[in-house]
Amino acid sequence: MSSTPPDFLVHDERDAVGVVVVEGIEAGQNLSGWIMDSDKTISVKVNHAIPLGHKFALKNISNGESVLKYGENIGHAVADIAPGDHVHVHNLKTSKW
Amino acid sequence: MSNLSFWGYRRENGRVGIRNHVVILPLDDLSNAACEAVANNIKGTLALPHHYGRLQFGEDLELHFRTLIGAGANPNVAAVVVIGIEPGWTARVVEGIAKTGKPVQGFAIEQHGDIETIASASRVAKDFLQAASELQREECPLSDLWVSHKCGESDTTSGMGANPTVGNFIDKTDAMGVTNCFGETSEITGAEHLCRERAINKEVGDKWFATWQAYMDEVIEPNKTSDLSESQPTKGNIEGGLTTIEEKAMGNLQKIGKNAKFIDVLVPAETPTKGPGLYFMDTSSAAAECVTLQAAGGFAVHIFPTGQGNIIGNPIEPVIKVTANPRTVRTMGEHVDLDVSGLLRREMNLDQAGDALIDMVIRTCNGRLTAAEALGHREFVMTKLYRSA
Repeated sequence: MSSTPPDFLVHDERDAVGVVVVEGIEAGQNLSGWIMDSDKTISVKVNHAIPLGHKFALKNISNGESVLKYGENIGHAVADIAPGDHVHVHNLKTSKW
Repeated sequence: MSNLSFWGYRRENGRVGIRNHVVILPLDDLSNAACEAVANNIKGTLALPHHYGRLQFGEDLELHFRTLIGAGANPNVAAVVVIGIEPGWTARVVEGIAKTGKPVQGFAIEQHGDIETIASASRVAKDFLQAASELQREECPLSDLWVSHKCGESDTTSGMGANPTVGNFIDKTDAMGVTNCFGETSEITGAEHLCRERAINKEVGDKWFATWQAYMDEVIEPNKTSDLSESQPTKGNIEGGLTTIEEKAMGNLQKIGKNAKFIDVLVPAETPTKGPGLYFMDTSSAAAECVTLQAAGGFAVHIFPTGQGNIIGNPIEPVIKVTANPRTVRTMGEHVDLDVSGLLRREMNLDQAGDALIDMVIRTCNGRLTAAEALGHREFVMTKLYRSA
């Protein structure tokens, strides 16, 4: 097991988003993350305060583009999203219903 | 871990329960008061008040009977007193429960009134309770256990920690011959292609897909006024970081693990008949409705992974809460039976978390009260398919 707990987790190498798993993350912080399926470690600087459990972008996502998490499509962007941006209901929508 | 066992109550029909309730069961909303009076007279019996049972018809009425008969027939129940406003439908519930061989007696209020009915039913309830109190637990193989699963107030930690822990439990116990069940038809939306592939064969996969599609066509399409944001996913899901139904569905499906295949698709409150294995039951994704249907299907213990902290319990099927959210552990720890937040800190792995869950399930079966039982959560909620006549 790792001695330093990660700040965020990523399910799949292909994912466009990571999930913060600690409390109190502020804008501008450099976060260390763990990609679960490939067991890799990465780091990303976030542009917003990100609450525990919330997502941020790992790469550029264009308006209208499908967003992958778990390596699967979880909806589409409704705005351009930059790496480190908070990703939630304001810029990501379901492609169902 | 192949020779695990627990201490349970073996019932007349061979099924094994982990609690020993004497239930006072109302046929209809009108009979709640009499049932609660009997349960108040005879301490240790359990009334199951609910809102329905009048002027229902067709498939909705069949589901009503199936749910009540199933609740009474559940192996966590030793004996049942049924009270209804009139004798006909009351007898139908009594006859359904009697097929298990357990003691059951019905009372109708018309021509007697509440007070006389309560007196007569109380005498029978007292006899049932004293007889149940002499029943002994016996050691049973884990393959005698039926376990249902449903998550609630999920967040992203559910998909990363609590639900994969349940998945590890299902993969391990499926191989031991345990009967497991998942449901939540609406909440597979976005992962329906993956769920279909987890069926044992094409026939079962097609049956599952037809069930999901029927819900979409008959309920969602005619009734939706938006993209269902704040309903599915819920406001609490969104607060916890889940954004879309697809994301929620992917997290939900982590509950069925990596290897187990489901062997049949059950209608709401249906009892499995194809032997040990994993089953899907067509249910709402609302916690109390889903668990009530699974309890009526005969499941003895429920595993409930949560993120933001759903507090549900069920009167006859103990509900075990599992969370990986460290804030939920800190702020509402009294509702949590198993803390797997160490998964997010990489302090434990899924194999260890799954083993810890098996251990907690066995302790619960042996008599440990769940957090929901200790806190008095008894949400018994009937599913209603459409308006009554």
